[in-house]
Amino acid sequence: MVEEKQLRPEPWVTRDSQFFWDAAKQDELVGQCCADCGVLRSPPRPMCPDCHSLKSTAQRLSGRGTVYSWVIPRHPVVPGFEETHIVAVINLEEGIRFVSNLCDIEYDEVKPDMPVEVFFEDTQGGYRIPLFRPVGS
Amino acid sequence: MGNLDKVAVAGIGNTEFSKNSGRSENQLAAECIKSALDDAGLTPSDVDGMVTFTIDNNEDVALIRNLGVDALSYSSRVPHGGGGSGGALVHAAGAIVAGLANVVVVWRAMNERSEYRFGQPNQSPPAPGGGATSMEWSVPWGAATPACWQSMVSQRYMVEFGVKNEDLAHVAVLMRKHAANNPNAFGYERPITLEDHQNSRWIVEPILRLLDCCQESDGGQAFVLTSLARARDLKQPPVRICAGAQHVPYPVDSITNFYQGDFTEMVTTMGMARKLYEQSGIGPSEIQVAQLYDHFTPIVLQHLEAWDFCNKGEGMDFVRDGNCELEGRLPINTHGGLIGEAYIHGLNSAAEAVRQIRGTAINQIANVEHSAFSSGMTGLIFGRD
Repeated sequence: MVEEKQLRPEPWVTRDSQFFWDAAKQDELVGQCCADCGVLRSPPRPMCPDCHSLKSTAQRLSGRGTVYSWVIPRHPVVPGFEETHIVAVINLEEGIRFVSNLCDIEYDEVKPDMPVEVFFEDTQGGYRIPLFRPVGS
Repeated sequence: MGNLDKVAVAGIGNTEFSKNSGRSENQLAAECIKSALDDAGLTPSDVDGMVTFTIDNNEDVALIRNLGVDALSYSSRVPHGGGGSGGALVHAAGAIVAGLANVVVVWRAMNERSEYRFGQPNQSPPAPGGGATSMEWSVPWGAATPACWQSMVSQRYMVEFGVKNEDLAHVAVLMRKHAANNPNAFGYERPITLEDHQNSRWIVEPILRLLDCCQESDGGQAFVLTSLARARDLKQPPVRICAGAQHVPYPVDSITNFYQGDFTEMVTTMGMARKLYEQSGIGPSEIQVAQLYDHFTPIVLQHLEAWDFCNKGEGMDFVRDGNCELEGRLPINTHGGLIGEAYIHGLNSAAEAVRQIRGTAINQIANVEHSAFSSGMTGLIFGRD
């Protein structure tokens, strides 16, 4: 019998981040883009810091980026993350930054600024969460 | 030039630091404030201002009912958690200069070990007003503790400058060496070796081992500030506030600080130190001893660089070459730091900065004219009257 893999914990969805998680359910990584001046911002927030517009759109991102920093949290164990997982800060191609997990690679094989691409996994609560792995893996 | 130098620290006081205080946080706060007032030669009826920083569970209205304070003219609570510990002293000094209050108490009191565990994973959104934002963009990926968040920043610094965890052992050993002489320290008579450090378990691999981390602590630490003129008539020699500042540039965050460009530069502390030097006219070479917020070892290196005590990328060599030893060019964390003494969110290190000016520190440095306290986003330079 194949043991069913435990689903990842449900993300914390807020009024300001709902659009991001709605898009992720469709396996789309989106950034928050100012509807007036076009500047991308991350993490999401209600006001554009450049032109102060309150209007924004969800811009589909390429899902490609590079690894800026990466660590393995060991102790205390975070519930739902009992297995070794790499936490990484990703510089996305579009110039914004995103915290995620780096998968399908051993810690020692990670190189600074190595190219990675997004994929998605189910979470509890019916969401999908963006994760990253080396390009072509 | 600023004008905080018309203000002095007149009293400091603390409870014992432990892993189980056996009494309420409210009691710890009342005890340490009373102790600081006794140290100054003042009474609760002299107090008209109270300041703390976020993640403290004590309300000033509860404390004035314990202490029998007549009336408060000024209350303030600085954001950023421990990053605001220096800021609490700055708010108190500012209120005195502005004439809003005459005698201001600053406190931190907590049972963050016995009642709750500060370093445990955050699994639900924190209460608003706690000084943290953006946590929702880390926790769902299993990045859920202060140790993990700090490591994510330090990792890139360590890659860029070739610093390994075994190098950080030198920082941990130094903190515990200083703490070993300090009867109020967790690390009293318990120095560690480089080997002990390397044998301690991973907290965040390959950045932090157990001995790279401060220990969750129970305890209270308080200050009494008043005008320099009034402090001269009190029990202790006044410790002058030469400068105090905060620097929170766009787009930094308090703890999940991943969105500012370059992890090798602690832009908060760089800007804060520049303001302190401008306010006081004092330069880094005129500071004889420094207390640097060491919740985790690697950040000590970045404090040293941000204050211009050494060049960028040279923090590790600066420590390894002995500059931060008691007899070195710039002794740091002479009480043992947050790693060796206790984690009272920085305020206990600020108290050590005051003792070094008074000449009453356990590991007293000779001829201290100016002593620095850095809590990252906020900090001060203290001096003699």
